Amino acid sequence: MNILRYTLRRILYAAPILLGVLLILFLIFFAVADPVDIARRAKGEKASQEVLDAWLELHGYDKPKFPSWEDPINCILFDHYKSMLTFQFGASDVDDQPIVDKIKRGMVPSLTLTVPSFFMGIYLAVSISLLVAFFRGTYIDYMGVFLCVLGMSVPILVYIIAGQYLLSLVLKYFPMSGFERGFEGWRFVILPVVISVLGGLGGSVRFYRTIMVEEMGRDYVRTAKAKGVGDSGVMFKHVLKNAMIPILTQVVMVIPYLFLGSLLMESFFGIPGLGSMTKDAIDANDFATLRVMVFIGSILFIFGQIATDVSYAAVDPRIRLE
Amino acid sequence: MGHWFSNIVAGTILLSGLLLTFKMRRHPYWKSFLEDLFRRKSALASLAVVSFYMVIALSDSIAWKDQVQAETGDLVTARSPRSVLDRACSSLGLTEREASYSAPFAQVTLTEKEPLKRPGGHPLGTDILGRDVLYLTLKGARPAMMIGGFTSMIVIPVALFFGILAGYFGGRVDDLVQYIYTTLASIPGLLLLIALIMAMGRSTVSVCVALGVTSWVGFCRLLRGETLKVKELEFVESARALGTTHAMILVKHILPNVFHLVVITFILRFSGLVLSESILAYLGLGLDASWGSMIDLARDELARDPIIWWHLTSAASALFILVLAVNFLGDAVRDVLDPRTRRLAR
Repeated sequence: MNILRYTLRRILYAAPILLGVLLILFLIFFAVADPVDIARRAKGEKASQEVLDAWLELHGYDKPKFPSWEDPINCILFDHYKSMLTFQFGASDVDDQPIVDKIKRGMVPSLTLTVPSFFMGIYLAVSISLLVAFFRGTYIDYMGVFLCVLGMSVPILVYIIAGQYLLSLVLKYFPMSGFERGFEGWRFVILPVVISVLGGLGGSVRFYRTIMVEEMGRDYVRTAKAKGVGDSGVMFKHVLKNAMIPILTQVVMVIPYLFLGSLLMESFFGIPGLGSMTKDAIDANDFATLRVMVFIGSILFIFGQIATDVSYAAVDPRIRLE
Repeated sequence: MGHWFSNIVAGTILLSGLLLTFKMRRHPYWKSFLEDLFRRKSALASLAVVSFYMVIALSDSIAWKDQVQAETGDLVTARSPRSVLDRACSSLGLTEREASYSAPFAQVTLTEKEPLKRPGGHPLGTDILGRDVLYLTLKGARPAMMIGGFTSMIVIPVALFFGILAGYFGGRVDDLVQYIYTTLASIPGLLLLIALIMAMGRSTVSVCVALGVTSWVGFCRLLRGETLKVKELEFVESARALGTTHAMILVKHILPNVFHLVVITFILRFSGLVLSESILAYLGLGLDASWGSMIDLARDELARDPIIWWHLTSAASALFILVLAVNFLGDAVRDVLDPRTRRLAR
């Protein structure tokens, strides 16, 4: 009963944020970038005024930007809110394909890449950081932290380029790029997954280690030791369980982004997901597609936040009272 | 006229850097900070590396135009200014253009069709246009420093202003500031970055502004939390009891007590900013002549036979070493400045 009310309140709280996000998008895409400029970029510098006007009218960009007193509905601001909130995204600025179709097509390839990297990344980072924290203060620990900082300092582009070169061009373990739907496509996915896991490992191991070392200084660890629990027992039973709470908070926030795919990985490895769709939109100055992608990303994030908060409230009754 | 502006900025940075070091040595808190910092070997080493990059970036920022002999024999002002770095490199012969690729210290170009103007004179080889890679790599220091420096110059004042105001006054002000940054934080960072740069057009200023917009939120949140803690302390209470104005309390009591966070965050964020420029460069939204765009250009050269590895390696190593040094420096500064770890280290 109480949890329902909390959920409802949380959703109501998200509404002004969603409206704010839409306002920011409007400001970026229509106030900072003038529709006439967008038309010129889409149709080329030398396009005549008639061509530009026709393009603007076709995409509904010829209306006044802000509402006026006489006709508050007939403006881009209103159209923008209406189309986004009703999920009528319309067509791309460049090839006039419906954006919704593009997104539906790209969702699955993106997920086949991001979901395995997500789980492998967490599994490896948690186990390695547990190991490093277990040996804290020894050379294994110093070495581990040093390697983490080293790994964090390598640009992700270098990971991708070097990995692709070494593992697929020289050693020929994996295909260079490409994608195949269904289970047969696994060999295309492995390399990007491995690279994105490795690229993110340094930062997350270091972060999780800090959390675990912090947990190891708490009173319950001392109590557990006093009652005779062994070092590894303390580590795996007590510290790991308690450290999982802050770790999970971080992890859950990433889940919505799995749907967005990975911009770099997908365009490097030729995976036709939402990431390479976004890359194409950037290259082609396709503002409409980009706008929709940013909006969908924000919606996913907001819903992810609500889901996190509600699940916390379900577990921890103290949160509901606040 | 662009080079005059850059000269003035470089001069200001140099002067304020000197002034700041001088001031810090006289202030007891910062003096002990410097002493603690210099006691750590890794901090000293990384500080030396960062200073080296700073010097190169500054020497590339100070430029003037030469008087050159025109075809008619008169002295005229050159069309483009040359920086101190350009002059130093050209006296070493690094600015000389070759015909095409050549390996480090090579005697011939890769195609072997054209003779090298300076056989063995290019320590890091040349790229496809025959430009010296060492020279290009040194040139990349300035964009990297600009990304980190200018973005921080945007982020720090904005985050300080909103964070401290929200934390100190609470109530409506806090609600408004929190609403603004929660809304901004709901938009995925990379996508917001891309959207902003594309909308503003591709330039150094828009890249810095876009990075500023996406990175002030976390910093502002941190400062708000710290201000909430500091304002409950006794000295703030006694200042208020003595009738000190809000503005005075904010400047004299709150600001100095959250300032260590500014220093720590500035250094820790710097490396992230430089790294994100390399991603933007791949998307075609980065700065000209940066290491990111060098990496992007060199990306396809690995597939050639024989492979061109020196172009990619030089740019990536220059970027890697800077980021590594900044990361180590940031960790050391945090260990020294953060009161929690400070007590442990003693």
